[in-house]
Amino acid sequence: MSDTINLTLKLWQQKGPNEKGRFLTYEAKNISTHASFLEMLDVVNDELMEKGEEPIAFDHDCREGICGMCSLVINGRPHGPDGGITACQLHMRKFKDGETVWIEPWRAKAFPVVRDLVVDRGAFDRIIQAGGFVNVNNGGAADANALPIPKRNAEAAMDAAACIGCGACVAACRNASAMLFVAAKVSHLSFLPQGAVEKRERVLNMVKAMDEEGFGSCTNGGQCEAECPKEISVSNIARMNREYLAASLSSS
Amino acid sequence: MTLDSKIPAGPLAEKWDNHRFQSKLVNPSNKRKYDVIVVGTGLAGGSASASLAELGYNVKTFCIQDSPRRAHSIAAQGGINAAKNYPNDGDSVWRLFYDTIKGGDYRAREANVYRLAQVSSNIIDQCTAQGVPFAREYGGQLANRSFGGAQVSRTFYCRGQTGQQLLLGAYSSLMRMVGVGKVELFTRREMLDLVVIDGKARGIIVRNLVTGTMERYVADAVVLATGGYSNVYYLSTNAKGCNVTASWRAHKKGAYFANPCYTQIHPTCIPVSGDYQSKLTLMSESLRNDGRVWVPKKKGDDRAARDIPENERDYYLERKYPSFGNLVPRDVASRNAKEACDDGRGVGPSKTAVYLDFADAIKRDGEDVIRQKYGNLFHMYHKITDEDPYKMPMRIYPALHYTMGGLWVDYNLMSSLPGLYVLGEANFSDHGANRLGASALMQGLADGYFVIPYTIGDHLATADLPKVSTDHEEFVKAEKEVSERQNKLLSINGKRTIADLHKELGLLMWDNCGMARNEASLKKALKKIPDLREEFWNNVKVPGSGEELNQALEYAGRVADFMEFGELLVSDALDRKESCGGHFREESQTEEGEAKRKDDDYSYVAAWEFQGVGKAPKLHKEELVFENVKLTQRSYK
Repeated sequence: MSDTINLTLKLWQQKGPNEKGRFLTYEAKNISTHASFLEMLDVVNDELMEKGEEPIAFDHDCREGICGMCSLVINGRPHGPDGGITACQLHMRKFKDGETVWIEPWRAKAFPVVRDLVVDRGAFDRIIQAGGFVNVNNGGAADANALPIPKRNAEAAMDAAACIGCGACVAACRNASAMLFVAAKVSHLSFLPQGAVEKRERVLNMVKAMDEEGFGSCTNGGQCEAECPKEISVSNIARMNREYLAASLSSS
Repeated sequence: MTLDSKIPAGPLAEKWDNHRFQSKLVNPSNKRKYDVIVVGTGLAGGSASASLAELGYNVKTFCIQDSPRRAHSIAAQGGINAAKNYPNDGDSVWRLFYDTIKGGDYRAREANVYRLAQVSSNIIDQCTAQGVPFAREYGGQLANRSFGGAQVSRTFYCRGQTGQQLLLGAYSSLMRMVGVGKVELFTRREMLDLVVIDGKARGIIVRNLVTGTMERYVADAVVLATGGYSNVYYLSTNAKGCNVTASWRAHKKGAYFANPCYTQIHPTCIPVSGDYQSKLTLMSESLRNDGRVWVPKKKGDDRAARDIPENERDYYLERKYPSFGNLVPRDVASRNAKEACDDGRGVGPSKTAVYLDFADAIKRDGEDVIRQKYGNLFHMYHKITDEDPYKMPMRIYPALHYTMGGLWVDYNLMSSLPGLYVLGEANFSDHGANRLGASALMQGLADGYFVIPYTIGDHLATADLPKVSTDHEEFVKAEKEVSERQNKLLSINGKRTIADLHKELGLLMWDNCGMARNEASLKKALKKIPDLREEFWNNVKVPGSGEELNQALEYAGRVADFMEFGELLVSDALDRKESCGGHFREESQTEEGEAKRKDDDYSYVAAWEFQGVGKAPKLHKEELVFENVKLTQRSYK
């Protein structure tokens, strides 16, 4: 149970959004294979601090795959080599002794680097502000059972709503497109009668906001689905495209 | 000052209605003249921000993460309770009220809990209207499941991600209000002090975590929704960023802290695997429906689980509690696991774990049935431990995961400091000494959607709130103090890492004020914490500067507050010489070793007033009056 490995880490260091970044090479010794990837980084950061050096900044919070805060590209893959999980759920047993591990931030024009491995994903919040909601004030809602919703619709809405807003889809995409993120929200709400009312305005406004943030176009590469920790389907993108087309044609 | 809970007069069922009618209102066109600060964007803070903005107040909302959607409410799995009685199984507002009061071991206010039960149904309606995809039956109606501490099915859920979906609902409402300019959103900001002017909460000092700049914000009222303090124990199921700082700084400015010793320790978490461990992961309580808990009879038994024959295993919960067996409540299950490990019979490499074995259930029902029920949990366990729970028993151990204590609030959710409101896990109000499963989400949203929108108006309409600016001397003073403290942290340049000191505090708390507490252990902790605090302030190493993104500095500030807060938690535990809910005092147990309340002496809320760091806090008692329920001792034999 005391299995340990040694790794050569290539850690991205960047003081600020306008500074030049570089890779710091660090020899991580005696890393337990039972540790999580972020716990490995904790150990490395503590060692750096003990040496009087500054630790590498990285975003993290819940460490159980649901808050969407962690955002590491590990050996070229958002959230690392294991599928269907976030970086915080990745464990060191997935790495071989002596391996070199490259650790980088999300790279996208719309996600500027704040520092080291930390990026600014405020663009996602602004897209939601443009229409990722149902226009309903608090209070006065009808009884929840007054509006029956077919189980399959509720399930399909839930599949799309499982998005954690981490941005791995953008990081994975060669065009840094945010289509999967936006489509997941559009689908979630239009599967439900509550959301369907404003479906037309929503898709137009959210896509407009997405374009304004500087995300790239979708060219159907499918990397987003492959790297999504919640395995959200690209079929949502097709659905959003249909909705967008219909909304554009019916616009007055 | 004396504590006035402001519980309205009249019959229990009419209190809230009467109170709402008697509260002063702010005219719709006058609401835009008032500014409200909300700190925290979990279920309570997110829902409060959105609701207050919808009413017309100008809201400034703050969170430490990069987006309001990341707050730790998002990690809640199981569900949210509501007295809808959709399954027609006998639920009612009264029953939800009663279950919550009893589950809290009779240490919560009747009036608050009753109101919680009353508004619970509105929460489900509101969330459904927002588009929260609750689980549905084939006929299109909402589905319910059952949860601990209740004999009815009243829990609504979205698969195993109920907290996530409810939070995203509140977040979408909040974003909508940001979009129309009624909420000004400040992300990556940490509240470091509360500004009190003429005895009222009027603003906050925050650190911009990206630039390091100290910023001042002024308002007519301040709402804290900053969560719980489980991370004082270092290891917990909380997110890494969860902290007590905002509550603690408010406490130091005059807000009383109530019942800090009420901590909930969840029995089924994945145990610690090494000293690099940064947090613990919860496995749903539902596993105890089919899993059998056991340890070897022999101390120090190193054989693999499968090599230990049946007659050499101790299924201790089934042995000690034949009628409830493996389904005893959380506190009882946790304490017994600790006893087995303390006795030298723990399992796994660290010897601090017990087995949760599904072999019999798999033999009885088949692997497919078990997979259908618990597939996602087994998968999660497998990912983390690399052990297949279909083939070998899980190893589990209790962990901190929720804190019932918090800042003292009255019926209006206002703290002892006028103008300071406290919502959600950050307040103490509704769960008494023990929280029932699926009730945290209910309380957070009740506070934010259905209580604060009514109660804050009364203060704004009646209090004298002259215009103040951020140049006021109290702002200047508060910012100066915060900056000096930060500079001090950066200048120590000692030898120990922040995490190392935090771990030492956590272990000290866990060993002496964890699942079981006694006078000697608590006194020991009270002696050691000040020494550790001194060690921290003399020997911690905080790299970098204050004028940049500096995660080590953020962490150091939070640990520094835990070093002060821990002492208060232990003081409260020492004062309460009874066992109740999550607080087990070894001196107060029944002959069978179960928790024993002392209603005659301790039927009060302990609200503590800050007297200075290292000085004994001053106790104020709010006597709890039970007019509607009869107090009984729990038994699970």
